[in-house]
Amino acid sequence: MATKPEIDPTEPREPLNLEESAGLNRQAIHYIQRAAATGLYEIRGLGAKRALPHFDDLLFLGASLSRYPLEGYREKCSSKTVLGTRFATKPIELDIPITIAGMSFGALSAHVKEALGRAATEMGTSTTTGDGGMTSEERKSSKTLVYQCLPSRYGFRPDDVRRADAIEIVIGQGAKPGGGGMLLGQKVSPRVAKMRTLPEGIDQRSACRHPDWTGPDDLAIKIKELREITDWEKPIYVKVGATRVFHDVKLAVHAGADVVVVDGMQGGTAATQVAFIEHVGIPTLAAVRQAVDALEDLNVTDQVQLVVSGGVRTGADVAKALALGATAVAIGQGILVALGCNSGTYLQKGEHRSAIADYRSLGTAPGFCHHCHTGRCPVGVTTQDAVLEQRLEPAVGAERVRNYLKTLNMELTMIARACGKHNVHHLEREDLVALSIEAAAMAGVPLAGTSWIPGRSGGA
Amino acid sequence: MDGAVNASSRSVVFDLARQELRDLNKFLHGDLRGVGSVTVENPDGANSIAVGINAPVMVEVNGHAGYYVAGMNQGGTVVVHGNAGPGCAENMMSGRVEVTGFASGGAGASAHGGLLVIRGDAGLRCGISLKGGDIVVGGDVGSFSGFMAQAGRMVVCGSAGEGLGDSIYEAVIYVRGTVTALGSDARLEPMGEDDLRVVGKLLADAGMSHLPSEFKRIASAKTLYHWNADANLTY
Repeated sequence: MATKPEIDPTEPREPLNLEESAGLNRQAIHYIQRAAATGLYEIRGLGAKRALPHFDDLLFLGASLSRYPLEGYREKCSSKTVLGTRFATKPIELDIPITIAGMSFGALSAHVKEALGRAATEMGTSTTTGDGGMTSEERKSSKTLVYQCLPSRYGFRPDDVRRADAIEIVIGQGAKPGGGGMLLGQKVSPRVAKMRTLPEGIDQRSACRHPDWTGPDDLAIKIKELREITDWEKPIYVKVGATRVFHDVKLAVHAGADVVVVDGMQGGTAATQVAFIEHVGIPTLAAVRQAVDALEDLNVTDQVQLVVSGGVRTGADVAKALALGATAVAIGQGILVALGCNSGTYLQKGEHRSAIADYRSLGTAPGFCHHCHTGRCPVGVTTQDAVLEQRLEPAVGAERVRNYLKTLNMELTMIARACGKHNVHHLEREDLVALSIEAAAMAGVPLAGTSWIPGRSGGA
Repeated sequence: MDGAVNASSRSVVFDLARQELRDLNKFLHGDLRGVGSVTVENPDGANSIAVGINAPVMVEVNGHAGYYVAGMNQGGTVVVHGNAGPGCAENMMSGRVEVTGFASGGAGASAHGGLLVIRGDAGLRCGISLKGGDIVVGGDVGSFSGFMAQAGRMVVCGSAGEGLGDSIYEAVIYVRGTVTALGSDARLEPMGEDDLRVVGKLLADAGMSHLPSEFKRIASAKTLYHWNADANLTY
């Protein structure tokens, strides 16, 4: 019997086989190992991370010979936006069509809520409460505050209904249509617990359905009750997570909504099951068009306003949403990033300090973090921790959010002028083309360089 | 009214056969100094009667009310001499709402405070999401009552249906008759001295005369307060 030759175990004998499976790839293996280790689905914050057809897949057709552009720097381009003109006697009037989406005190710290209110007020737009009620900080700092009426009804109080500027009935949210909110024990601080009438530190799971109405016919009666309580003054929004958008928007209109908010699957959350975030709901791009089709079908585009949210990041995104037929957008995650979410540093008394070690302790790094659910936000945005929340100074946060909103509105009006519009609300579908067949089909605009709208015209 | 009618006890009548609901509610949201009581005639099952009250006013509804009668009541006293539709006294903060007949689904839903008295039966989901209010039901309550009730007390003099107290938090339910089935995480617990006192007080407030000792206590087993605690294996 031949003896095996002595070999140096550190010397590679043959090339390593690193053929990765497309299906059972490292992510899938990691997922299965995690599931097997914990017996519990993974929960995280923010929105869908998978690649989806999005506003990036659309392009504007700037004016040229057939259309007449406006001077980008000099000529006026209005971005005034009015929401709630259908039944409310006191509609919401905004300077820009970019609003701040509903995010709860609980998910966010009181500092953040205050910063958002300040920034929105300076920019002439609205902020929105979230699950858990209205804080005095956000009411005080927000000129225009939309008060959410959620299935949980945590902290839902008539005094706050009366001091709100509009009411938003939340049916669902894009990150988890069909699911209720979630706030893990680490974030259920004494103040949060008190506002929500819950024991401190419990893993709080909000209801997914409203307690006092069930279907769309009941919703119509519920909306009337809220109108009676507010003497028909305040606009009533209805927010749906994007799924069967065409039908849901029609039902919301029939139920008497002044404004319909449609939140696509890229919309964020403070804490939801990953399987929910990535696999339930439809992309914002598809949702906008279905919502607009519903309003056009009912011939109410001049009465009921559409607010679109879910993954809106840039001025171009806003312009595209408006061109597709939205009256305004709502931004959540973009606002958090503006505040400092996923930044490597946080600012304290004018000095940048590193947050890298804190990201590391969460097992992540700036640029990749989605650990809002832990309440250990390294930059003090999504936390209830008394020490961490100090990392976001309200004045710093307010300035960053104001700058962000200002940039978006400048980009929006720049694009509108390039398309020959002196009002951002004059942007129209005909100004858009799509880069991919998927985006063309979803948004219902032609594939660039063709007149083909898959499913709607020619060759389908 | 007796001869002592004066500015501090003016009585106002709204006849919904002739007057608008909107005017009634608007009146109730206005300056009610000097108004002793408001009577609503011919309610005829109208929805949203006397919603958003924010003063210690007395409202009597002479007939049946539709959805959300006395919704979001804060400090008022509303008596429905008849039946009430879904969501009566929903989100009540304080005050008292009384239904002399039956109440439909979601009675007292999400009430933060105050006392809701239903002399007859209550339908499905009575006291759902209760947040600190008290509810006394003279008859039975339907299935899924006390669902996710967070705080407050429910006293049911009759029996309860399926899924009673499902996912209940810190609220406590007292039932005199039978319970068809308890919901997840709800359990029967012995009646303590405090429970007897609480039930006795609520029955007295509601004007009902059962013995507190005839009631059972249902509260949370608290097994759903936290996620899977066995999640301790690792790779």
